[in-house]
Amino acid sequence: MRIADQNKNWYVSRFESFEKSLNGEANSKIHTVRKAAIARFAELGFPTTRDEEWKYTDISSFAGVQFDPVVKDQPHHPAANDVQRFLFKDGGYSRLTFVNGQYAKHLSSIPSLPPDVIVGSLAEALKNENGVVHEHLARHARYERNAFAALSTAFLQDGAYIFIPKGVILGTPVHVLHVSTGSEKELASHPRNLIIAGADSQATVIESYVSLSNNRYFTNTVTEIVLGENAVVEHEKLQMESSRALHVGLTHVQQARSSNFVSNSMSFGGELVRNNIVAVLDGEGAECTLNGLYHGSGNQLIDNHTAIDHAKPNCSSHELYKGIMEGTSKGVFNGKIIVREEAQKTDAKQTNKNLILSEGATIDTKPQLEIFANDVKCTHGATIGQLDDESIFYLRSRGVGLDEARILLIYAFAGEVVERVGVAAVRDRLDRILHERLAR
Amino acid sequence: MEKLMLQIIDLHASVQGNEILKGINLRVNVGEVHAIMGPNGSGKSTLAQVLAGRESYNVTGGQVLFEGKDLLAMKPEERAREGLFMAFQYPVEIPGVSNTYFLKAGLNAIRKHRGLEELDAMEFLKLVKQKAKFVEMDESLLNRPVNHGFSGGEKKRNEIFQMAILEPKLAVLDETDSGLDIDALRIVADGINKLRSKENSVILVTHYQRLLNYVVPDFVHVLVDGRIVRSGGKELAFELEEKGYDWLKEGFEEVEAHA
Repeated sequence: MRIADQNKNWYVSRFESFEKSLNGEANSKIHTVRKAAIARFAELGFPTTRDEEWKYTDISSFAGVQFDPVVKDQPHHPAANDVQRFLFKDGGYSRLTFVNGQYAKHLSSIPSLPPDVIVGSLAEALKNENGVVHEHLARHARYERNAFAALSTAFLQDGAYIFIPKGVILGTPVHVLHVSTGSEKELASHPRNLIIAGADSQATVIESYVSLSNNRYFTNTVTEIVLGENAVVEHEKLQMESSRALHVGLTHVQQARSSNFVSNSMSFGGELVRNNIVAVLDGEGAECTLNGLYHGSGNQLIDNHTAIDHAKPNCSSHELYKGIMEGTSKGVFNGKIIVREEAQKTDAKQTNKNLILSEGATIDTKPQLEIFANDVKCTHGATIGQLDDESIFYLRSRGVGLDEARILLIYAFAGEVVERVGVAAVRDRLDRILHERLAR
Repeated sequence: MEKLMLQIIDLHASVQGNEILKGINLRVNVGEVHAIMGPNGSGKSTLAQVLAGRESYNVTGGQVLFEGKDLLAMKPEERAREGLFMAFQYPVEIPGVSNTYFLKAGLNAIRKHRGLEELDAMEFLKLVKQKAKFVEMDESLLNRPVNHGFSGGEKKRNEIFQMAILEPKLAVLDETDSGLDIDALRIVADGINKLRSKENSVILVTHYQRLLNYVVPDFVHVLVDGRIVRSGGKELAFELEEKGYDWLKEGFEEVEAHA
């Protein structure tokens, strides 16, 4: 039997123990979803490089690892001091902290919010059999053809639940902090976030993934974001997992008419990282912007798969992903744009630019356009390059040292994405992360 | 007593195997302005680039002493920190790097090297405003990315602006006058004249005599085919303006033939 298959059976057997631990909750509505998901996972198994969607990303080095899914409260919770450095000081942010996927109330802080806004734990909302949650949870992010999403859905327990009612403008960002303790046991956590922005509402959500140790663990997360008509949502994902972690994430965005969604996805951590974003423009005049920045060093593999589904006419999408690869790291960018037959007057632009800083670093970049309408504007471009010698010489000739000149130029390259981030505190954090990482 | 700023001794340099400089000898004293003139392809720009330390030029022989130190052994940034400045013939556009940010990094590296305190943001801003006025540079250009979207004249002015900020001991201006309209030329010349002092030296690499109407050199050298074939006072520039370079080329070839 293949290791990957053994491993599949391991998760299925862990699901059975999980189920037993649920007691009465096993009769809840969500549990039928979990059961369907584990059944589907058992059929799919983990992908290999023979799968087109995983052609450039070989997960076999993790296939033999039996990560233990977190199914109950951890005996040890980190103290406030341990997570202090991951917070944003700018006052007034709501903060939801999850430790190994489970809500940590003592590390969370929710200031007074406009009436009927909910910023809290998904487990809590499920316990209360919240109708809106059932209407949306696991209804958008598809797991039929995505084994990791199926596995994540099977072990779905907790994560952020954010609900913004119609017409409400949430002035300050919500920070959702996912902390992995990286305990000796190799844990798998399956954080599940659900963000619902009602018609004419506005919100900004920062999702960050951090680690307290440099151990091996597995984060397999799914975030569903639902935008009502005219809703405006900015979503920042800051991935700073441990350098030995496996991180797989799916962000699914469902957009109604004239809604506007912006995603800034920044990946720095992890040994093997796969970020999937699927945005469905399911109403006329919707607009979607996906920006991304990834920096790989050592032997990191960072894979960004994006898919924008233009399902209705007059929608626009803009995409800019930039990668910086050092050491023997590997980057993958796969940008799919689907324009459905009905989606006339689509305006889609995709750009992927990469900087290769060492001989051992590689990048696979692949635009994938599937266009079924005939009156559309779709452009895509990909570049792979090195630092410009002329520019380095110019900077050095003014007294700037070689290392600093290189950092200035790499920083300038990244700056094109950083400056698009709407939250100043996140931009500042990115400045700091980049400077720390590049000065190493 | 005259103090030596730069001494070039039998300098040979090649690019991709082609020898461009074939034995340059030049002495520049402190406080002097030298003009190096010559036809296209004579090696003027190569000389400037070699002095600034561009790695694509291969020095195959000779020596360059800058205040008695071995210039060719220094990295480009070390040359700048020692007080050498080259104004680029074609200034590089660097999107994403702010003009003032990089200049502050450069200036502070130079100040540190000289044992001076680094300037803080406020002090630097003050200096920048003062020097921008001095080269009549639009302040809106200062915070733009380096040379990005600048006109030809703005780029050249930016070079002079950087020179004014960095206050080099020796400035090498590589065809800074080329392609400028008369107003820009006056501003550039003004900048050079203001830098000119008893403590500094300037090497003007130029194709045209025009700049020398505004910046009067102490010496003029004519470079032909990788060698200085004639040196003289400012009157040599007028002679070149009148007669062109051909008479020197021919004379030079004759000398070669009889040698």
